[in-house]
Amino acid sequence: MELILETLGLAKSAELLSLSPPGWGGNLLRGLVNSLQIAFGAFGFGLIIGLFGASGKLYGGVVLRDLLAIYTTVIRAVPELVLILILYYVGTDLINQVSQALGYGRVEISGVVAGIWVLGIVQGAYATEVLRGAIQAVPTGQIEAARAYGMPPMLLMRRVTIPAMMSYATPGLANLWLIATKDTALLAIVGFSELTLETRQAASSTRAYFTFFLAAGALYLIVTLFSGVIFARIEKWARRGQPSLKGTGR
Amino acid sequence: MGKLMAMSDVAAKENQVSDAQSEAIRVTDLHKSFGALEVLKGVSLTAHKGDVVAIIGGSGSGKSTFLRCINFLETPSSGQIVVNGEEIQMRADGTPVHRKQIERIRTRLGMVFQAFNLWTHRTLLENVIEVPVYVLNVPRAAAIERAKVLLDRVGLGDKADTFPSFLSGGQQQRAAIARALAVDPSVMLFDEPTSALDPELVGEVLTVIRDLAAEGRTMLLVTHEMKFAREVATHVVYLFEGRIEEQGPPAELFGNPKSARLKQFLQTVG
Repeated sequence: MELILETLGLAKSAELLSLSPPGWGGNLLRGLVNSLQIAFGAFGFGLIIGLFGASGKLYGGVVLRDLLAIYTTVIRAVPELVLILILYYVGTDLINQVSQALGYGRVEISGVVAGIWVLGIVQGAYATEVLRGAIQAVPTGQIEAARAYGMPPMLLMRRVTIPAMMSYATPGLANLWLIATKDTALLAIVGFSELTLETRQAASSTRAYFTFFLAAGALYLIVTLFSGVIFARIEKWARRGQPSLKGTGR
Repeated sequence: MGKLMAMSDVAAKENQVSDAQSEAIRVTDLHKSFGALEVLKGVSLTAHKGDVVAIIGGSGSGKSTFLRCINFLETPSSGQIVVNGEEIQMRADGTPVHRKQIERIRTRLGMVFQAFNLWTHRTLLENVIEVPVYVLNVPRAAAIERAKVLLDRVGLGDKADTFPSFLSGGQQQRAAIARALAVDPSVMLFDEPTSALDPELVGEVLTVIRDLAAEGRTMLLVTHEMKFAREVATHVVYLFEGRIEEQGPPAELFGNPKSARLKQFLQTVG
């Protein structure tokens, strides 16, 4: 193994990327874990916002619909980097003001929580639109049948609308998840040590830019490939009961 | 013949006595407008237990709308609807006062749709147990047992684990009838159950409905199948432009129609 690396001229890179100091591999992996934690939280938070947002847009009153239209329009219009700066500083400022007003003094806000909050709000706007489209794609007859048999609205949502819309929503949600994993890199700007920031620090300390950014790229790629496998499974499950477009089976 | 008449007279008297108890559905002066278009212009109809009421009429006559108003899939504009002696509380604009009351009454009305409307992400068995288990809180094992009997009964016992999209229209509609039977409905509402089917599949669905009529199920049946209506119905209602133009026993209505419009209608549909 060492011989191979030696002959390929990669011995130096392997040393730099080693998991224990003086290698920086451990730092990169810690960054990746932080990134995934935020991506996961933000995606989940965004899904919850999206579900309520989509229901509100489809079934809500005029005021609620208008408010949601403003939310999705503004969030999707402003560049994410700007949103992150606004939401992060406004958010922490608001919390501190409230906490000081209550006499608790300044509070330290965890980077992970802030990241999830900020990216979750961004994701929520996109998820609202993905889920709204998916709900509208559910054949009205299936919802009507549920109503005709006396299903109350919440049960109908849980038992009919959500499972039936999953097949339409999965591709869009898979996109959102991948965007979430990469948007975590934007949090570097507020000093949160996710994968990109850790990589930059490692690279600038060692001057081995190529090695570290290539390694970070590989990590992002692995995440994407793994996500692809998971979402393919989810989609297969969501499309159960629907005849495949290819193949000869009816 | 005279004897028969006398017997039906007695039956009629008995009916009057036990009217309130034997009434399955009573609709009084039902109006329904979509915007400026008035689709139902005051329809009244009473179905007693065991009645099979066929509702016929041309397209746009309001027959489907009438059926859908009974379980409030469409909100009536005005009128009175009584199901099993319980009046649905309506506001002045026709909207129900209590959502819970509508939901409870809906579980007693098994509806069968023109387009089947089975839940495509669930197998036939799951479709049939869905309402008993999740709305009526029947224990799952009991619901499954009953669902299997019902699927057997409509000839789909071997398809319990198949998803609806893999079945023919006739099979899907028979499954939809099993789903309706699973709630043990006091009245079944059929909204043109064979209109979306290929001609060769109509028969298998009608056979199932015929069996249900024979066992004394109360049904309201909106249909284009005149021969079938004549055969199974105890009472036929002809709707024309949102009003009842003529009604009566099938033999009379089909054999000796009085209204010129009904005569013409029967000629065009053959």
